[in-house]
Amino acid sequence: MSRNLHSTLLYSAALVALLLAGLMLPQWLLFLLTMAASHGVVGLGLIVMMRGGVVSFGQGLVFAIGGYVAGLAATRYGVTDAVVLVLLGSAAAAIAGAIAGPLLARYRSIFFAMLTLALSMVLYGILVKSSAVGGSDGFNVPRPSLLGFSINETNSDYAFFALSSVIATVLTLLVTIYCRSSRGLLSLAIRDNELRVEYLGTSVRAAMAINFIIAAALGGAGGALTVISLGHIDPNFSYWTRSGEFVFMAILAGHASAPAVFLASLLLELVRSFSNKYFPDTWQLALGLFLLLIILFLPKGVGSLWAKPERLPRQAAEKAKQAAARNATEAAE
Amino acid sequence: MTQYVLEAENLGKTFGALVAAENVSLQVAAGQRVCLIGSNGAGKTTFVNMVTGYIKPSSGSIKLDGQEITGLGPRQIAQRGVCRSFQIPQLCLELTAAENILVALTVARRGALSFWRGAYDADLCDEAIALLERFGLAGHAERPVSELPGGVRKLLDIAMALCRDPRLILLDEPTSGVSVDEKFGMMDTVLRAMDGSDLTTLFVEHDMDIVSAYANRVVAFYSGRIIADGAPAEVLVDPEVKRYVTGNAK
Amino acid sequence: MDLALTILIDGAIYASWLFIVALGLTLIFGVLKILNIAHGSFYAIGAYAAASIVGLFAAEKFAPAFSLVALLLAAVAVAVIVGPLLERLLLRRFYGRDEVLLVLVTYALFLILEDVSKLIWGVNPYYVTEPYGLFGDVSLGSLFYVGYDLAIVAVALICGVGVWYGLNRTVLGKIVLAVIHNDEIAASMGINIGKVYLGAFTFGVFLAALGGAFTAPMISVQPGISVGVIIVSFAVVIIGGLGSIGGAAIGALIVGVARSTAVHIWPAAELFSIYLVMAAVLIFRPEGLFQRAVARRI
Repeated sequence: MSRNLHSTLLYSAALVALLLAGLMLPQWLLFLLTMAASHGVVGLGLIVMMRGGVVSFGQGLVFAIGGYVAGLAATRYGVTDAVVLVLLGSAAAAIAGAIAGPLLARYRSIFFAMLTLALSMVLYGILVKSSAVGGSDGFNVPRPSLLGFSINETNSDYAFFALSSVIATVLTLLVTIYCRSSRGLLSLAIRDNELRVEYLGTSVRAAMAINFIIAAALGGAGGALTVISLGHIDPNFSYWTRSGEFVFMAILAGHASAPAVFLASLLLELVRSFSNKYFPDTWQLALGLFLLLIILFLPKGVGSLWAKPERLPRQAAEKAKQAAARNATEAAE
Repeated sequence: MTQYVLEAENLGKTFGALVAAENVSLQVAAGQRVCLIGSNGAGKTTFVNMVTGYIKPSSGSIKLDGQEITGLGPRQIAQRGVCRSFQIPQLCLELTAAENILVALTVARRGALSFWRGAYDADLCDEAIALLERFGLAGHAERPVSELPGGVRKLLDIAMALCRDPRLILLDEPTSGVSVDEKFGMMDTVLRAMDGSDLTTLFVEHDMDIVSAYANRVVAFYSGRIIADGAPAEVLVDPEVKRYVTGNAK
Repeated sequence: MDLALTILIDGAIYASWLFIVALGLTLIFGVLKILNIAHGSFYAIGAYAAASIVGLFAAEKFAPAFSLVALLLAAVAVAVIVGPLLERLLLRRFYGRDEVLLVLVTYALFLILEDVSKLIWGVNPYYVTEPYGLFGDVSLGSLFYVGYDLAIVAVALICGVGVWYGLNRTVLGKIVLAVIHNDEIAASMGINIGKVYLGAFTFGVFLAALGGAFTAPMISVQPGISVGVIIVSFAVVIIGGLGSIGGAAIGALIVGVARSTAVHIWPAAELFSIYLVMAAVLIFRPEGLFQRAVARRI
């Protein structure tokens, strides 16, 4: 528990620092950070899946489901609180994940990637043709309130920034705890050798489905956060290039460390907004080169720069050393 | 009437036109250490794969302690207490030796895995280290499996199979890929790690010296069928076995 | 009855160029084990190159029939320039890495090529009109078709039969098949794997560019055509089973007919009919229609 407690304190401190710093940041940067945090939450989900050895090329699916459900709840059903909207979006995506997860759990590598891609594009096709939700134009979402406080023109940037930072921090902490748990270790084992895991007597498919549902819940939360801050949603939330960006982010971050995904997300947002402004015709080129460099020189992502792999706790490591000494003397005899 | 741990009755398996097993019947009583011999393609591994659920028999039935397990998958069969090691060790290469054992122990002891309880639980770590020590592998505990030599991997593979305290263990060529002078040492290590207990063991082996030293019953396969079954001294002098199995080896 | 025939013929026309592109994709996957997202970019570059060369021919006042030569020339030029360059400089570094990682490498390549083609050809659409009228109109019963569209079906058949013959009836083909089957064993028998990879990739690029060049007269060539093509041709090879030529043909036909059925009966579903079919096939045949199950040695 002590490692988790340590992380909780560390993340809380980082959050407080971030919220204080936010008071002094310009509007455009606050918005950029808000988007980076919201998209980073989706990337967290991909990291959970990548630890189990699969990459979804259709995370736009749950991103859009979370976004549309939050948007519809706000416009049609009069839900006004931002936190409730995020919870609704996340829950709806998790339910979708619970339906698709068990089916997708049989698939690996390319087939998993393609099937998730297909599902997200089917949703895209449906959304584009659904005039009830605005077709390809989407619809605007009114500004919600936050825990009883109303959000207006002047404080909205900071309010959304605070909301997404707090939610992103809490979710990152939960994902970190999950990654350290026995289920988290099982995911790594599955990625390495699922045949053996099955022979150990536990269900690989169930583990994969659970990872998918967790990723869906995270994707839905990210979608809802994005919609709330943007005030608009359209079918592009489910388009494959959007999913590609999430994969890009997850690869950049690597699965060694959950917080790394926010660094990757921020980097992506920075590259996107700067190149949109200064070199609109070559920003994909810059992105592509960047991705290639990462794959070539940091194949385990930026997280691998600081995250140390989990090892035996100190006491156990000590016992292992003594046991090794005993083994050595036995062998010598 | 003796209660058998394993009862295979008239097992058959065909892959297209190839007959990999035909009328294979075998009863194994508790505590026996049975060795399966036969040339390559004789049906030994097919038999092991059928018992452990990797392939489903085309016909016949398999019972464990009198209970039907035919057609179940590897997971259900492992949960019922049949564990195995592999001819090519099936390990998680990026994890350390200790982590491999830890995963196996966690699955065995905490069937429903926790989402928040840490993977490096003190009790399980102690147990994992104790198990590694029994196999003489404690020195490798913190090394990733990808860095370990073949012989160590074979032992680790067997150690993982033992984590469930199985009722029946099947070892598929435990000494293959190990040099001749290390084979005996390796079998000694394995048997000592199993505490010389009454653990019912089936193993596949090609080296007849190992067979006569460690098995108390030998079953010879040829062309998908059992051609001899009995004490090592009898089976190894059987003319058919000499002709089809051991003769080829010399 | 006419409707059914229309759907079938439209489907076959759509399937034909798609098959040419997918054939390249499946060949590259078979040999190099790379699922190439940038394949859509090669298609687009092929189309752009065709537009340029056809334009050049027209400016030189060549007879219209030569525009067909221009299309072929465009595909060859793209393959010879792009194929070896990318294989030698880039892909070579990633052989043997994880399949999904390779997909990302080609995704990066796709992003780069998108902008590179915008830099070369700009963002305004090109129209390649010259070849389209060459074959006149053809009537099939009460239905009328542009001859060029039907000619594409013939080109696809030639490509399919040609590749099949090349692989199964020539020494070079046997070598490629050996590499597809197991490149380590092929290498140990003295086959120069590097050359086979280079050749297969270049030929795959050629097929993609050929598909692009021959469809250029049927569409407006503009940024974004690569995206649509790559997704659809992925669907084709996934449906057919990765690495299978027959699978690519069947997959292309299924996708073509699914799309034309949607266009004629339920236009709103055009966009996702293809994905629906792909999802449906994968659900019942997780590895595609023509993929052989691979036994794992344990």
